[in-house]
Amino acid sequence: MQTEKGLAEDLRRIVGPDNVHEATEEDAVEGVEPDFVVEPGSVQEISDVMKLAASEGLAVAPRGSGTKTHIGDPPRRLDLIVSTARLNEVLEHTPGDQIVRLEAGVKLEDLQEHVSGSDQMLAIDPPESGATIGGIVAANSSGPRRYRYGTIRDLIIGITVVLQDGTVAKAGGKVVKNVAGYDLSKLYTGSLGTLGIIANANFRLHPRPEAARTVAVEVAGPQQAQAAAQAIVHSQIEATAVELHYGEDEKRLKVLLESIPGGIDAKTETAFFLLKQFGEVRTLSDEEADHPGHLTTAEVVLKIGAPPADLAAVLESVFGAAERKGFGHPRITGHAGSGVTLVGFSGESEAGAAGFVEEMREIWVRRGGSVTLQRAPLTLKQRVSTWDNGGDYLGLIRRVKEKFDPRGGMNPGRFLGGN
Amino acid sequence: MERSRLIREMEGIVGAEGVVHEHEQLRTYECDGLMNYRVIPNLVVLPETGDHVQKVVKLCYDEGIPFVARGSGTGLSGGALPVESGVLIVLSRMRKILEVDIPNQRIVVEPGVVNIWVSQEVADEGYYYAPDPASQIVSSIGGNLAENSGGVHCLKYGFTTNHVMGAEVVLPDGSVTHIGGGRAPDAPGYDLLGAFVGSEGTLGIATRITLRLCRVPEAVRTLLAGFEDTEGAGGTVSGIIGEGIIPAAIEMMDRLTMEAVEAAVHPGLPDAGAVLVIELDGPEAEVEEQFGRVLEICEENEATEIRVAEDDEERALFWKARKAAFGAMGRIANDYYVQDGVIPRTELPAVLGRISELAGEYGLRVANVFHAGDGNLHPLVLYNNETEGEAERAEKLAGEIVFACLEHGGSLTGEHGIGEDKKKYMPRMFTDDDMNVMQLLRCAFDPHQISNPGKIFPTPRLCGERPGPFHMHPLQKAGIVEQF
Repeated sequence: MQTEKGLAEDLRRIVGPDNVHEATEEDAVEGVEPDFVVEPGSVQEISDVMKLAASEGLAVAPRGSGTKTHIGDPPRRLDLIVSTARLNEVLEHTPGDQIVRLEAGVKLEDLQEHVSGSDQMLAIDPPESGATIGGIVAANSSGPRRYRYGTIRDLIIGITVVLQDGTVAKAGGKVVKNVAGYDLSKLYTGSLGTLGIIANANFRLHPRPEAARTVAVEVAGPQQAQAAAQAIVHSQIEATAVELHYGEDEKRLKVLLESIPGGIDAKTETAFFLLKQFGEVRTLSDEEADHPGHLTTAEVVLKIGAPPADLAAVLESVFGAAERKGFGHPRITGHAGSGVTLVGFSGESEAGAAGFVEEMREIWVRRGGSVTLQRAPLTLKQRVSTWDNGGDYLGLIRRVKEKFDPRGGMNPGRFLGGN
Repeated sequence: MERSRLIREMEGIVGAEGVVHEHEQLRTYECDGLMNYRVIPNLVVLPETGDHVQKVVKLCYDEGIPFVARGSGTGLSGGALPVESGVLIVLSRMRKILEVDIPNQRIVVEPGVVNIWVSQEVADEGYYYAPDPASQIVSSIGGNLAENSGGVHCLKYGFTTNHVMGAEVVLPDGSVTHIGGGRAPDAPGYDLLGAFVGSEGTLGIATRITLRLCRVPEAVRTLLAGFEDTEGAGGTVSGIIGEGIIPAAIEMMDRLTMEAVEAAVHPGLPDAGAVLVIELDGPEAEVEEQFGRVLEICEENEATEIRVAEDDEERALFWKARKAAFGAMGRIANDYYVQDGVIPRTELPAVLGRISELAGEYGLRVANVFHAGDGNLHPLVLYNNETEGEAERAEKLAGEIVFACLEHGGSLTGEHGIGEDKKKYMPRMFTDDDMNVMQLLRCAFDPHQISNPGKIFPTPRLCGERPGPFHMHPLQKAGIVEQF
């Protein structure tokens, strides 16, 4: 292993003198500060950086905009951040084929802007602003629209990755329908940088809906919230999103409807009809409709994945546990049609918060669900892992990690099972 | 292990009636839907439970015997082609629907359950299973999962991979694991299920499969439109997509295909150079307006005849015509080779031109059937096996067609899989590094490469395990893999 200075020299030789930075506190990942941040300008440069990192035994973390570095356990070690900031080109957009090929550092907002001229969109709406495509794929980030369009795994059609040893490999392609070879695009979705660096990704696009409206019902309690969500889900309305905002002062189920101008009124009418038995129904203003919920400021955000028809039980378990722990009022934003419930709270003791997480895991992992820390202070993560124990597939996860990253240099320690 | 002992041990697991070992009976299993490759397996085993599968696979693993899983055997890429020295595990006795969960829109089935049964099971509840390969009245869910089957409705609803939510899998070492959340979303960890679906039986055997159910749409409108030629039909497809309409299905057949279909099922197709079957579904008001627009687009592209299905019966007739296309080729040719390639939709005119050029060069007829909405072509190369050298020529032409797809930015296969048939073409689409990285996944799941060995990849690699010179890997001995 060479000196830090020598390493900086080598990195500069690969990516150019302006694209290697000494890391600062702001580059720390969950309290672990790297030595350098390097910004390659091409797939080849990523590959060369990775070869160097491998020969020097460096621990590497890929980074897009860094909007989600709070997800995952603290890294066991970290020497080098490989940033995709300079890889921000839209490589191809063919409107007639409804596909796009992107470098990983393209920001979602920029992409949407790029394709909006053709009345198209990438049908993903994660909560973070400024996130890059690579980061969204790596963290499997999703939002309300997942109810209709699925998550990023359902939209990705091809990928180019760089492995820890610099090997460049692609899978899939630029056509929507394709079963040639293994679907590595899906394997890398949600892999949190532990299998290599996502350099490029290709997606299918969707037409941008011409008309949208959000209808909401104010519900009295968990049972009504579930019943209202179920009413929409089992109807033929083809809703785009079914969102729950639930807290002490707000208990609202929002249904996003999208259609053509000639179809939106009928959809709205149907939604009113379906929801009115559960409480007061109204059409929301744009501002209310777009309100993301109240979790952005929460210190701790927990994600519970459970069967959608267990929504009431999820809510009851959350509020029951919070009460027993003497918590204030947790706030909830949920993708109610998809079985995702995000629970946020602030100002609780660490022991209390840890106990809360463990209790949720006790209940929901046993019932086939999952409980993941989306955001938490470092001190809480030292008490409870970001991840629950997963299932009996943990051994397989380990074997995949060992094959793709035999030296354990990619984001070590951040992922499920210490991978 | 001696064959007689292996038979006894397998019989101990699945019972005597679950083991096929007589040569004549084994011949029944020598090929799948692709009949130009035939291998008689050493043994066929028909397990009835997941526990049987686990024990059979464990025995294979302990003895270093390769195995191949097979569902209904309708695959068109030789994916279920047996291995001569191996065991063929046929899952057609595992046909139970285990659980229906309407509140969560899920159904749990055994792998041998036939695709169409799933929709039939939940029809009364107003639900159905969306992926609908043309083989759906025969093909099994386990096979659909292995191949990531498509179908005519995947333009709007996605492929098998978008509808399989969880699976119990017997891994090639005989251990059992559960991947995907099933009823719950976003299981933490790598998307092992996403990697498993479409892996063509090379990563293990799914023994319990959780599927997503879709609500039957409020309205469905279907039309059949005839055009002078494929150009007008293609223009219509582009026009519809360009308007931001996502039909449930758009299917195209050319004149030669229509001729065969007409002879086989007499649907009364229009006399035209090409025909489109277009279906829209969804909420009533939306469908009505968009359907009107689709009719206009057909007219703008000079449709020679448009027929709108008046009722379910007529709709069924349109679909019968389309789904009969492959089988109908027997009416106009002794033999035919089904190709499966994908192109970006906008390349359709160029690729059709190239196919017709190639057909002329080879002196063979090619009938074209497409999932036009997603650019998935099924050129059918017609030939006569009795004519010296024609089968070889047909295969070569089919290869040239798929190369043309690649040259235009497409893929080797959209839904039939690589299997045995197309592994030799993989290097045209993927580099050695691409394939080696894919095989890292294989090595994680199946380090000894006993699960459907020799498929997908032209050069299988051993997984970093280098047995000594006097201890050759059984697959090397069998000539299936080479060490590098």
